[in-house]
Amino acid sequence: MNMVEKDISLRTGNVDMTHGGGGRAMAELIRDLFHRHLGNPVLDQGNDAALIDVPQGRLVMSTDGHVISPLFFPGGDIGSLSVHGTLNDVAMAGAKPLYLTAGFILEEGFPLADLERIVISMAHAAREAGVPVVTGDTKVVEKGKGDGVFITTTGLGVVPDGVRVSADRARPGQAILLSGPIGDHGVAILSKRENLEFETEILSDSAAVHGLVAQMIETVPDIAVLRDPTRGGLAATLNEIARSAKVGMMLDEAAIPLRPDVAAACELLGLDPLYVANEGKLICLCEAADAERLIEVMRAHPLGRDTARIGTVTEDDANLIQMKTGFGGTRVVDWLAGEQLPRIC
Amino acid sequence: MKYVDEFRDGELAGTLATKIRSEALPDRTYHLMEFCGGHTHAIFRYGVQDLMPDNVKFVHGPGCPVCVLPVRRLDDAVELAERHGVILCSYGDMMRVPGTKQRSLIRAKADGADIRMVYSTIDALKIARDNADRQVVFFAIGFETTTPPSAVAIRQAKAEGLTNFSVFCNHVLTPSAIGHILESPEVRELGTVKIDGFLGPSHVSSVIGSEPYEFFAEEFAKPVVIAGFEPLDVMQSALMLIRQINEGRAEVENEYTRVVTREGNLKAQKLVSEVFELRQSFEWRGLGEVPYSALRIRDAYADFDAEKRFDISEKQSREVKSCECPAILRGVKKPTDCKLFGTVCTPDNPMGSCMVSSEGACAAYWTYGRFREPRKTAREKAGKEVAA
Repeated sequence: MNMVEKDISLRTGNVDMTHGGGGRAMAELIRDLFHRHLGNPVLDQGNDAALIDVPQGRLVMSTDGHVISPLFFPGGDIGSLSVHGTLNDVAMAGAKPLYLTAGFILEEGFPLADLERIVISMAHAAREAGVPVVTGDTKVVEKGKGDGVFITTTGLGVVPDGVRVSADRARPGQAILLSGPIGDHGVAILSKRENLEFETEILSDSAAVHGLVAQMIETVPDIAVLRDPTRGGLAATLNEIARSAKVGMMLDEAAIPLRPDVAAACELLGLDPLYVANEGKLICLCEAADAERLIEVMRAHPLGRDTARIGTVTEDDANLIQMKTGFGGTRVVDWLAGEQLPRIC
Repeated sequence: MKYVDEFRDGELAGTLATKIRSEALPDRTYHLMEFCGGHTHAIFRYGVQDLMPDNVKFVHGPGCPVCVLPVRRLDDAVELAERHGVILCSYGDMMRVPGTKQRSLIRAKADGADIRMVYSTIDALKIARDNADRQVVFFAIGFETTTPPSAVAIRQAKAEGLTNFSVFCNHVLTPSAIGHILESPEVRELGTVKIDGFLGPSHVSSVIGSEPYEFFAEEFAKPVVIAGFEPLDVMQSALMLIRQINEGRAEVENEYTRVVTREGNLKAQKLVSEVFELRQSFEWRGLGEVPYSALRIRDAYADFDAEKRFDISEKQSREVKSCECPAILRGVKKPTDCKLFGTVCTPDNPMGSCMVSSEGACAAYWTYGRFREPRKTAREKAGKEVAA
């Protein structure tokens, strides 16, 4: 095997069963693709398990499987998303993420050039976040038994002393903050999936928010709840918190940030943006007295520029999320039943 | 969002609410039936009822296209996908509607049937072109709004010579349904359903115009106001109805002038009548057999009629016992009158069609209006404690 052949295969070749077979082809794929782009001192040790330093404090760990379709979307791809998604889950415990692992399930026939593009994007996201991928795994499944690439990432982080962020700490009277406009990711994905062309391209908000979280924790260590409103959108996440802490919430529709183009796309598709996924936003519940300070800090961060206070935690035996509509009435913001389906009439 | 936000303006809503309160006579009740699920959805989604005085009540009509489709037709669609092995293309609303023994398209899909959710008939045609070796059936449902696209798809398929595309036609007609409700004993004699006026369909009327309603206004002496689907449209139309009722008028008025004309969309009407003709009778969930209330594909386009292309079997279709969808669709009962509501039947596990579509009365009650019930109970409880 010489260099020329190998370069050609990365540009024009496809994943085949040998890439997961444990032989030389697999070793080359790992060396020439994964290590080349994701390389760092721990990964470069090349052992089956990563040997890492354990810092003082409480560890948090989170794992997330990524099966997104399409793999490449406006504003990101499965590579960057698999980094951001897991880092955000770790950050939602108030933690500083330290290490990532990545498991790839590749479908036979998947273009190696696309795989490289994904790994480069992943490496870029990890570097930008300052969190190395320290160990990984690759498997290949037969054609038709996967959907191109599935990536599972696990994140490890450490929580600073005195920080106790947990959904069950939601209490009546607390302020509900949201770090920016909702629905960007879901609409960006949908616009590609349904072959819907919009005049302006809506970009996914996919981003790692742990930097923002660190500044928030520094300002108000006693933040009660942090959550990233991913699948099921803002509505699902708030309902989860309400159920967990046995509280209700009253939202103010007019205060919820929403981009006009996302609002228009949702209108067109018959979707409610409250249920549309986000990948770079967070919800924060804090004592009302801390809200102003937190909002100020969040707005000073690039990922929290459009932070708004969208409501208040209430006492409610039924754990309902209610919303004062911009129209002047009140409605319930319920769990989503099944998948959000477009209306036809 | 231009041309949308204007119709959801809270300040204007407040002004309208004040007007309605001052004009609605305190010594009577106004029962306004909104025919369309779109109106039902808007009323709950924006909390319109909160802005209305207590004596102005909305009665939810049968205008939810998913809700009125009888179970048998849904079972037929499942059969097409399962027994005849076609690619069945359906609008998303239909996917979770339970058929006989709770069998929905989504369950059939999970069991291996090839069922695809489409946004439009254009998608269905594309699937047919891309799968020349498979039969592709478009599961056409809906009122006059979704009928023209089905007509266009059939014409297009014929023009392209697509031999693997057909339409399972379930298109129904609004005026016949309104007529049927007004003729029903509940409205005419028993008085169990009080209707003082109609919020007329908006999107449907953009196709058929406002003229077809003139007959009802005259014959049954009920005012009709063609109302847009935005919340301000609903409130403005309610005000117009209240004024008609107060003045003893029963006319067809058009609030939705930005879209609807008296004669409607003539081009669409011509397309529809070229491809479709009246069925002598069609079963509606809730209303039963309604004469001349639905469309079928004309003989000239018989090649594209799934009912002719496939041998669909006779079957014993059954709805869930004690599901009150039929009575709710006639306006006889409210969702909360059904003992399944919120217990066995929720949007996650719908027993009847009204709990599936966001336009269905049960789903709307559950999703947006449910909080009114526990609130009341809580207040009642508090009241009792004080009294004790």
